[in-house]
Order: sequence, then structure tokens, then C-alpha cells
Amino acid sequence: MSQSNRIAASAITGQIDRSQTLRFTFDGKAYTGHPGDTLASALLANGVRLMGRSFKYHRPRGPLSAGSEEPNALVQLREGAASEPNTRATVAELFDGLTATSQNRWPSLAFDALSINDRLSNFLTAGFYYKTFMWPAAFWEKFYEPIIRHAAGLGAMSRLEDPDSYDKGFLHCDLLIIGAGPAGLVAALTAGRVGLRVVLADEDFRMGGRLNAETFAIGEQTGAAWAESSLTELASLPNVRLMPRTTVIGAFDHGIYSAVERVSDHLATPLAGKPRQTLWRIYSTHTLLAGGATERPIAFENNDRPGIMLAGALRAYANRWGVAVGERVAVFTNNDDGLRTATDLRGYGVDVVAVIDSRKEGPLLPGIRHLRGAEVVGTEGRLGLKSIKVRTGSGQTETINVTALGVSGGWNPNVNITSHHRSRPEWREEIAAFVPGPEGPVALIVAGAAAGHFSTHAALKSGAEAARKIAEALGKQAPYVLPKAEDAPLNISPLWAVSHGKGRAWIDQQNDVTVKDIKLAHQENFASVEHLKRYTTLGMATDQGKTGNVIGLAVMAGLTGKSIPETGTTIFRPPYTPVAMATLAGRSRGKEFKPYRLTPSHVWATEQGAVFVEVGNWLRAQWLPRAGETTWRQSVDREVLQTRKSVGICDVTTLGKIDIQGTDAGKFLDRVYANTFSTLAVGKCRYGLMLREDGMVFDDGTTARMAEHEYVMTTTTANAVTVFRHLEFCRQCLWPDMDVQLISTTEAWAQYSVAGPNARKLLQKIVDQDISTEAVPYMGALNISVCGGLRARLFRISFSGELAFEIAVPTRYGDAMIRKLVEAGAEFDAVVYGTEALGVMRVEKGHVAGNELNGQSSALNMGLGKMVSQKKDSIGMAMSLREGMTAPGGYRLVGVKPVDPQASLSAGSHFLEIGAPPVPESDGGWLTSKVYSPHLGCDIALGYLKAGDTRLGHRLRAVNFLINTDTEVEIVSPHFFDPEGERLRA
Amino acid sequence: VLKPLTALGHSAPHTLTLGNITITERFDVALASLALRRGREKDLHKAAKSANLALAEPLRAESGTPFSSFWMTPEMWMIEADFAANEDIAALLKAHFSDAASITEQTDAWVRFDIASPGLTRLTERLTNLDLASCTPGFASRTVIDHLGTYLIKRSQTEITLYGPRASAQSLLHALEVTAASVL
Repeated sequence: MSQSNRIAASAITGQIDRSQTLRFTFDGKAYTGHPGDTLASALLANGVRLMGRSFKYHRPRGPLSAGSEEPNALVQLREGAASEPNTRATVAELFDGLTATSQNRWPSLAFDALSINDRLSNFLTAGFYYKTFMWPAAFWEKFYEPIIRHAAGLGAMSRLEDPDSYDKGFLHCDLLIIGAGPAGLVAALTAGRVGLRVVLADEDFRMGGRLNAETFAIGEQTGAAWAESSLTELASLPNVRLMPRTTVIGAFDHGIYSAVERVSDHLATPLAGKPRQTLWRIYSTHTLLAGGATERPIAFENNDRPGIMLAGALRAYANRWGVAVGERVAVFTNNDDGLRTATDLRGYGVDVVAVIDSRKEGPLLPGIRHLRGAEVVGTEGRLGLKSIKVRTGSGQTETINVTALGVSGGWNPNVNITSHHRSRPEWREEIAAFVPGPEGPVALIVAGAAAGHFSTHAALKSGAEAARKIAEALGKQAPYVLPKAEDAPLNISPLWAVSHGKGRAWIDQQNDVTVKDIKLAHQENFASVEHLKRYTTLGMATDQGKTGNVIGLAVMAGLTGKSIPETGTTIFRPPYTPVAMATLAGRSRGKEFKPYRLTPSHVWATEQGAVFVEVGNWLRAQWLPRAGETTWRQSVDREVLQTRKSVGICDVTTLGKIDIQGTDAGKFLDRVYANTFSTLAVGKCRYGLMLREDGMVFDDGTTARMAEHEYVMTTTTANAVTVFRHLEFCRQCLWPDMDVQLISTTEAWAQYSVAGPNARKLLQKIVDQDISTEAVPYMGALNISVCGGLRARLFRISFSGELAFEIAVPTRYGDAMIRKLVEAGAEFDAVVYGTEALGVMRVEKGHVAGNELNGQSSALNMGLGKMVSQKKDSIGMAMSLREGMTAPGGYRLVGVKPVDPQASLSAGSHFLEIGAPPVPESDGGWLTSKVYSPHLGCDIALGYLKAGDTRLGHRLRAVNFLINTDTEVEIVSPHFFDPEGERLRA
Repeated sequence: VLKPLTALGHSAPHTLTLGNITITERFDVALASLALRRGREKDLHKAAKSANLALAEPLRAESGTPFSSFWMTPEMWMIEADFAANEDIAALLKAHFSDAASITEQTDAWVRFDIASPGLTRLTERLTNLDLASCTPGFASRTVIDHLGTYLIKRSQTEITLYGPRASAQSLLHALEVTAASVL
């Protein structure tokens, strides 16, 4: 019968909408549930207790809890690319069409071949892998590791691209309240009513916390009704933001908390444009942790069978979801809270056959078989609980047939977030639990059960009082009146593990850690709490030991004879619950991982079919193929040859441009550049070399003096940002007294290089002023106008070795300018060239670029040692003079040609003397950049060679073991083309 | 005559409407940075007065005619003006400030988006870590949106101006579109 375990609506309505039916499948079998159900509650309603297999022993498992602490009921949700493994059925919100499958089993959940592990448990104890896989050593990689990897893990990745999108965001508030149970709700009301900006976040899709799972009254209402009316009021306050389905996963510095909002996980597919989840960064002035408490079990023999669950969960399934997990139920408790489960279930007509109470003293529940001083010492039922064995107070044992057992070993305050800043919790004897320590995150207060206030009244009072204090700290009076609520004590008499019984008793069900494992760890001297955790895996994996940690600690304390706080404390790291990696990535995925920067000629270049290359974030035209060209080399050779023959145009907007002004601008440049700029004439530019403090070259480029106190610096494309940052550091921190102002103008100007013998003729058709060599000499820089009045800049500089200019116009005219240049260049057969041709021409000319500016090379290495002026102080000058930097025989920039012009060179090849053995001691340096020079008709390269300045004309080998090449080369001047510079000065 | 293109590559600015969110590319604003030269405070303020330019306080923007301003960093402002009448804005400002300030044309360094929506906070809280909801109109600050350094000015409770790097105009717009879709 469908939903056979659903309690009749006449007995309990619960927090589900029975008027609607949702269909879902688990392991291919169809079931039904209702809105408001979790996957676990719906399965339990359908009589399904078996939901998973344990990690190591593949033991049959059902849900232990009804919340996010769940260690057992981990399932694979959805199908195909949207499939998500290791999802807790206890918090998965049911929707129509949900598909779920069990995991970590083969071939089926009911019959799992790997459950053989359970029979081999004597060999698979804690730390077995540290002892077992030591020999023979050769077996590790080929045998042991593959087997372990195959057996490890629970669910499976789909290995398909995640079809969903994810978002991120930032929230600000006076008060962040974590948890919307009684303490959180009353705090939100208290603070919200006086106008504080409140964010109330709760991991559950239904706010109210335990009020939804209990039958307590608050005032004249049920707890659930009070929660609902409180939420209605809070929703009406514009200064309060309610965030259900939102888990605060961590506390970070300066009042920043991180939270994951499950925006669409309760839907079959996200609504159009909506993310699946959003990662929030919450900036809060004050934070109130009202995250409640987590019930813990008691360890006894075979305490992990499906049907055995926490007593609070058992009654939550009944009170909130109208589900009786079993028709015959028992409760095993060491505190009064466990008794509530028996009372509530009986109220719905469930057959509560016994309450096994480990406490000897105290009143008995009326009308229920209440065994005092008794313990559960064993259970039966392979795939689900069938019976329990009880040892009564008089020492008799008795078997009782039950299909569900609720266990309560007390409650652990959810201290997790308080320990994210390393605060250690403190032990409180009267509740036998750790409570938050005093050194939690600044401005964080803990209230309610999270602070150890377990009664509803105490929770309400602490929540309201905390909110009042926070409001007061913010200058507001926030009076409150508490509604009447129960105030019963827990009356716990600690019992951690039942000593009777020979079989295994589970402490951490997710990691299959048993009492025996703790004993073994103690026996092998892994008694420290940190060692215990790592040796046994206690507290690891998705649940972070929320139900098992304290029991493990208590058992170890019993073995060592120390108290629990003496044995150690347990703290937690973010995240509070597992977070999908995609959520952390947010919108930054695939091509959206970073923004692009498009050049002013991008549209035009796209129209030409340009091939683009990413340079930093820029997309630059690498080459621009023409019809009939089938290889990139054909395009690049054409671009180079045509530029050298006539004229070529290249978009160089990407070079960093920094406007430097101020009366100390020249002096400032003298300090940041190795060479001198204060003497540069207005209207001229100069090549500059910038060093780091350690004397290595940082960047290079030309800087023009546009006016007495105004310079325009250009940087390499790659270092534009780092150079600007460096200059700002110098200006603000090193020399704050200087009158210097900086701003980037990289994107303000569209800048094109026009290079080649016909460059001047082409430009003169556009530029309004005379640009003859007399008017614009080599290294001239001036403000001009183009096309009849548009303001522009002209720099006569050359990277190619040709007569060349760089012309800049406001970027909005950049597209028009490239078209105009091409049009004007038609009569010269002008070509537009990309970065490959640019690279070929700079190597032909012997200019250093990124491959040579590798952070490990000095000016001397580059053959530019004379540029480091010693007449003034500059960053890196002193260090560049270190003995080791200037010693003869160091690396020097050289040109390299293959002896056989048909032979190929490869960048990264190392120089070896002919006949020398290929060992590191023989290494003479390396090839930094290699191109094919269509002008010379062979490969050419630049490289750093030891004593390279003395070795021109020598023959060496260029050896690259990565691609197995060994080429005889000749060392030549790095200036392959026009070494006298006649062309560029033309 | 060279024909200009907007940062998004159009001959005229476009307005995009996504539900109740409108994103308008502005192409009619001239920009220049203005930075105080050391020790020239008096001259600077005198010149500002003569130019009828109100220099904004830190984290603020000031509207005026012909010049508006917003604060960029200590002793540095961005000046806005109508492009048609002030295309060569740097030269116009230089006439007022002479060597009391360093002035640099910035018009085409930025793409400007004006964004309007009655539910603006829901959008901006996904874009920037600025607490815009608690800021009054006239608030201005640098911020980072999807890795891009931007300036954000709150014009009213339902309108903001965003200045982002011009070369990344399409990436910035894409970020705005994707984010808008998630809040509609």
C-alpha cells in the first residue's frame, strides 16, 4: 500500500500538504509523497528503511537522523549530467519527478557483493591500510592502489558537464541570525521590530527548527504555529530578510560569514536564468548563532540497523511528516528528552512496546512499559531491525520484537561555527556536552540549544536577550516579552557505550568506526584526539562527525581514565555541510572564468577572419589569413615580408599606457627606470628599462615626454597592471613627498603601429601635420590631429626595425582608424599583421620580449648593461652591480642560426659544446625565442649563452631532450636585420 | 570623418531591458581624471570654483553643469561632462586648473552603463560587495565586478551608474545580463 507508514491525517496533519501527491523513484521503483516531505520522510512513509550501504563494511543502513547531520542515508540524486552523489536523503526536499538511487553497492542495495567486507572486519580494523599495504613495495602502484581507489568513495561522478548555473552575492546586515528555531525566531522578532537590518538564515526549507518537530506549546499556540506566525510578522518587516534553504557554512575574518542558498534544488529543473545555488558572503556587524543541537546515539552491539535512529528523529518523522517509522517501536534513552518520543508516538496510536531507560532512578511513564536501569545490548534484522535484545535492570536479557528503535544519548550543541576561529568548546557537566567556548568569532553570540539551553523557554529567553544586547550595542532599546513555554530539564545520566555485548558497536556510522576501533587506537597509543581522528577516520567525511565525535571522545576518555575535557575537545572547520565545488565557482566557469578585453580593431579583425590569441585577458589578432593560405606560416611570412617591403599595420593598443604627471614626474621616472628620463626633451621618447629591487629586469617600454611635467609610459602588455601597481607603491609608499600623479590610459587610446618603408607616406595621408623626418625625427612624440581635426598622438618608435610610427586616437575612433589606415594603405599594398609577425620582426631585430624578460635576467644578460645609469639612484641599480651579476662569463643575449639552413630550432633547447656529454655541468645556456625568418630564409633564435659576448662565430649544439632534437648552430649577433638601424631612422 | 563606435561596438548606444531592469550604454559623456598637484590645494579649489565644478567628498559624487565629479581616490576625481559640448574635456579643464592639477583624458577608457530597476538591490548584491542599500544617492566607490575594476555611483534608490573598463565592455554587460536573469 502506498505510504503505508503515513499516520492518519486525523491523528496528525504534520507539516506536509496531503492534498497534493508527488511522484518519485528510488532505485527505479516508483513511490509517492507530499509537498513538505524530504526524500527520507517519503521513503519511510512508504516503508523503505534501507537507503544505503556503509562506507567500509557495506553494512545495510537507513537514516539515523532527520537533518543535515545524517551519516547513513546518502543517495545519488537526479540523473545524467545533473546527477549529484552523496546527497543526504534527510534534507533532500521532495519534488515531483525526483529520481534517487542508492550508492556504494553492487549489484543492488539489498544484495551487495562487497558486504563481504563485513565478514572480513577483523582484517579491516582502524588503520589496517597503514599495516597491510607495506609489502611488497612493488605491489603498491600496480595492485594495491588501483584496488583501493576502486573500492573508495560512495557515490559516483557523472563526468558530464554540470548543466546548472551558480551564482554568488554579498549581503550586509546589523545582525545575522544563524538558525530559525525558537531562539533565532525570537531574536529576529526582537531585533527586527526595532529596525535592525536582520538576515535570518536557516538550512531547512521550513523555518522553525525543532518547533516543527515537537508538540510543545508556545503561548496559546503549538510551537509550529507560533513559528509560522512569527515568520509571517518577520516577512512583513522590510528590514528583515528571511533566507530558508540557506546554510551558513563558515565564519571568516572581520564578521564575514559564508552561506549557501539552495535556490533551485527543490525543483525538477531551475527556472530559466535562475541559479541552482547561490554562494553568499554575508557582512554582519553582529552574529547570533542559534543553530540548535544535534542528538547523539548510544553505542551498543549492532546499533546501525535500518530502523534504529535518533529518538528525536523518530518523533520528528511523526510530528512533522506524519510518518511512523515502524509499527512496533521502542525507545532507548539516558535522558528525559528521549521519553518525549515514546509519549508523542503513543499519542498517534503507534505501538510503543518499551522504553529502555539506562537511568535507574526517576518516575515511570504512565501507560508505557518503562524499564529503568536497562540497556539495549544487541539487535537482529539483516536489512532492517526486527528485534532488540534488552538487559533489564535486574540483569535479565529479553528479546523484544520491534521495527523501529529511537535512541537518545543526549544532545550536542552545534558549536561548529564558533570553532571556525579555533575557539575550543567547553564541557558542561549538567548536560554532558560541549558548549561554545569564550573565544569564538568576534561579535558572535550563541543562544538557544547551541549554547546548551535545551528547554524551549531557555532558548526563547537566551535568543531574546541576545538580540536585546546586540540592539543596545547598536544604540537601540529592544524590549521583549516572552511567551510561555516548557522549561523541562534534560535530566541526563551519561551513557556513551553499552559495555555488554560482544559484537561491534558503531560510534561513527559514516566511517564505520566502532568502539573496538577506539580501543585499538588506544592500545596502539593513538590516544590523542588528533591521532584518534586520523587513525580511525572518526569524524571525517560529509557529516564531520556531528553524531559520533563526542561519543568517540568519551569512549577514549573511559579507556585512558581521564575526563572527557581532559581527553580533548573536538572542533570543526568550514564548511558546516558539504558544498558543491560548482557553488564555490559561482559564475566563474568555462569561458566566463575571466573577462575578455577586446582591442579597438577586434570587429574589423574578426571580419577579416583573424586568428586570435589570448594575451592576458586581451584577444589579439595572431595572424590574418588570406584566401589560399593554408598554413599559419604562409600568413605570417606574408605579413613580415610585406611590412619590410612596403608597410604593415598592427594594433598595439594592448601595451600598457600610464599617464605620469607632476612636477616631480621626471625625478620619479629616474628612480623607477634604470636609465635617465628627467633629461628627456619634451616631444621625445626614450626606451626605458625597469628593474626590480633585486636588480633583475622587471619590464621595458618607451616613455614619451609630452610636456614639461607630463610623461606617457608604455609597458609590455603582460606587465601593464603589475607595473602600474608598482608605480603606485613607489608613489604612495616609497616617495610620498613627490609630486607625482598616475593614471592608466591603456584603454583610452586606440594605438596602431605603422611600420615599413612606406609608413610615412601612408600616415601622411591621414595626419593633418607634416610628419617628415625633420618634423618628427626618430623617437619623436607629439600631439597631432588626424582626418581634419581629430585629436591624436604620434610616436616615432619601432619594434620591427623599420621606419615606424605608433599613432593613437581616442578609442571610439579605433575601428574607423583601422579601416582608414587599410584604405589609405591600399596603394602601398599595406598589410595588417598580427602578433606572430610582430614576434618574427622583433627577433630579427634582436629586441627582448617576454621570453627574455623572464624575471631571472639582468640588463647585462640582455646586453643592455650600459643602460643602468650609475649617475643616479634607481630601483635595482645597486643590486645589479653585485659581483655575481657582473662577473665575466655570465649569460649574454646572443643570436642563433642553424648551420644547416634547413634545420629547425626549438625554444628551450640548451647549448652544449660539440662533443660535450649531455649533463647539467655542460649546460651553456638556452634558446629563449625562436622564429622562422622569411627574410633570412631559415630559423633564427635568441638565447642566453654563458660568455655569449665573446663567442660570436662559435659553433655549438642546441639540444632539446623533450622533443629529441640536436642541432648544430652558429652564435651570431642578436641583430639579424639592419644592425646599424638605418631603416628605422630613414 | 572617422565614425565613432560605442564600447559595445555599436554606432549608437543601445538600451537593454530585462524584466524591470534596464541597462543603458551611455556614449554622451566626456571624462577626465583630475588629481591635485602637491601643495596646490588652494589653487585647485579656486579653479574648481571658477569652473563651476563641485569636487566630491570621499565616496561621493556631485552633479553640476557643465561638470560633475565623483571621488576616485585621495586627492583624485573623475570629471564628467556632456560629450557633445566638451569632447576635448582635458583641454577645457586645463584652461581652468593650469598646473594646479594633473588632468588626463579618460573618456574612452571606460564603458558607462546606467542601470535602473525598482529592485536594484537584488541585482547589485550579486555584483558587488558594496552595501548599496544603506548608501544614500550620490554614493560613489570603486569596486570589483566579475574581476573587473569598476566605479559605481548610486544616482537614486533605483538607478546606478557603472563605469567599467572599455575593452571589457562586452564581458561586463554579459555579467550584468546573467546576474539580471537570476533575479528576475
